[in-house]
Amino acid sequence: MKYYDKLIFELSKEGRCGFSLDGKASEGYLESIIPQALARGSKPRLPEVSEVDVVRHYTNLSQMNFGVDTGFYPLGSCTMKYNPKINEEVASMSGFAALHPLQDEESVQGALEVYWKMEKMLSAITGMSAFTLNPCAGAHGELTGLMIMRRYHLLRGDMKRTKVIVPDSAHGTNPASAAVCGLDVVVVKSKENGLVDVEDLKPLLNDEIAGIMMTNPNTLGLFESEIGEIADLVHACGGLLYYDGANMNPLLGVVRPGDMGFDIMHLNLHKTFSTPHGGGGPGSGPVGVATRLEKCLPGPRVIQAEDGKFHIEHIWEESAGRVSSFMGNFGIILRAYAYILSLGKEHILNAGKFATLSANYIKESLKDCYKLPIERICKHEFVFDGLINDGARPASVAEDGTPVEAVAGATTLDVAKRLLDYGFHAPTIYFPLLFHQTIMIEPTETESKETIDAFIDVMRKIAAEAAENPQLLKGAPHNTPIGRPDETQAARHPILKYWDC
Amino acid sequence: MSKIINGLKYSETHEWVKIEGDIAIIGVTDYAQKEMGDITYVDMPDAGEVVEKEEEFGALESVKASSDLFSPVSGTVVERNDALEDAPELVNEDPYGNWIIKVQMRNPAELDELMDAEGYRDMIGE
Repeated sequence: MKYYDKLIFELSKEGRCGFSLDGKASEGYLESIIPQALARGSKPRLPEVSEVDVVRHYTNLSQMNFGVDTGFYPLGSCTMKYNPKINEEVASMSGFAALHPLQDEESVQGALEVYWKMEKMLSAITGMSAFTLNPCAGAHGELTGLMIMRRYHLLRGDMKRTKVIVPDSAHGTNPASAAVCGLDVVVVKSKENGLVDVEDLKPLLNDEIAGIMMTNPNTLGLFESEIGEIADLVHACGGLLYYDGANMNPLLGVVRPGDMGFDIMHLNLHKTFSTPHGGGGPGSGPVGVATRLEKCLPGPRVIQAEDGKFHIEHIWEESAGRVSSFMGNFGIILRAYAYILSLGKEHILNAGKFATLSANYIKESLKDCYKLPIERICKHEFVFDGLINDGARPASVAEDGTPVEAVAGATTLDVAKRLLDYGFHAPTIYFPLLFHQTIMIEPTETESKETIDAFIDVMRKIAAEAAENPQLLKGAPHNTPIGRPDETQAARHPILKYWDC
Repeated sequence: MSKIINGLKYSETHEWVKIEGDIAIIGVTDYAQKEMGDITYVDMPDAGEVVEKEEEFGALESVKASSDLFSPVSGTVVERNDALEDAPELVNEDPYGNWIIKVQMRNPAELDELMDAEGYRDMIGE
């Protein structure tokens, strides 16, 4: 990898520029089109660079990037599966890419058909009755789902339901979404085996409960096997069940949230349905609902008339409202649509099974080096709780009488940093918070056995290094342009601008 | 081994309380700051705001997590420790020396429900 560490500001040279406005920047022109009150008094201090400077700068930066196109990315809870290139090809077809959201319905029948069919396919895959494709991310989907939940209770005149139950193992977005929606959060505890404690849940249920948010499999990668009883209990108290689709991948074609008793759910197209994410987004978080909640979906929606033509229904009285401009991230919906069609019914059934097999294979291959806190068959991901032998040694006295200092053991952070030296992206670490040294690994179904074996070999090698010499890990990464940025200092005293102006 | 100071009162959510007349001085314990790791931000209520026992009054953010602060007593905030605004690391450096808020108690009898140093030591199991 070519070493490159410049900021665009450092390339700046006064007076250099890479564009020409053909005389329009001349004196008096801006004043003639912008009202005086809105015009800025001084020029913005932007980097002054030529076109080639800009191209080289960003190309160099992009070559230092790590993504699913460069290597294995076992980031737990994120489902970093490969993004097939046929998705990109479909999304860049001019008939789709050049559309304008304000175009006349008649001229975008094809795009509307994609929306309509996508809604039907997602409903079939999840067992829900209808979907909105408008939310632009997973957490946006959560907020939309809770708005639907709230709207449903309010439409029934049930004003008391202001509390949402969230398990202590939930993604942080769950309580955050509830708070943004104006609902209070009640936490239900997990049992020793990592599953929601039904006995702890029972006393929390009453007529103030709007619903419960569950991730299944949960953030430990474990299937909530008591979901049937939980659904009955929550429904009996008048609450609704929300399914956080972050971990939908292992269930594809095997179990449907609708059949588990969930009333509302979101999907992350950028996880389960192979569209780009991380820095490469944007995301898409469609929300599905059971039949009785369909009227509460946000607008707009695509409907099909009797003559087969597609129309946009913008808003209706019972709707929870609008949640995005226009109709979500269409380019992403299109990519996911291409993914579903290219896998087809037969192969989509395999995605979840292979993801589950990959995760269990890694777990079993490493559990003699890393602490496995919950010994159980996992779904698409699992957690370790740090190294079994972290190399820590107490202070001692050598045979010749000289004191030997204590050696601190290697932590999960050290393991993650050392992985970078071997060319792998680190797994998710220190989440969920149920353990102190969490390492959360999710391989997905798109990796070959050879890739997974290479990862296992490196993880074993790192464990051996830790036992022998934890300092080696504490100094890692040794081979990357930047080692360990001071995250604490950056968070306490962030420097957010280059020039003081 | 976390530091625990005799004579203070402790909550199950790891806040300590020092009593001066009808004022409760509230901070977080050494155990709490160790669990949180490097604290990067302290979210505190303003003087004059009302806090309720066992309800959230602010939050600590660290490089690892964000964690709510729960008031061990009910009453009105009379002072907040503004020094923590620019130097949240003070909570890590000396959790008992750097209090977070001072509360004028509405019901001092609530103090009886808190633990003493020994009870807190038993709870955290050290």
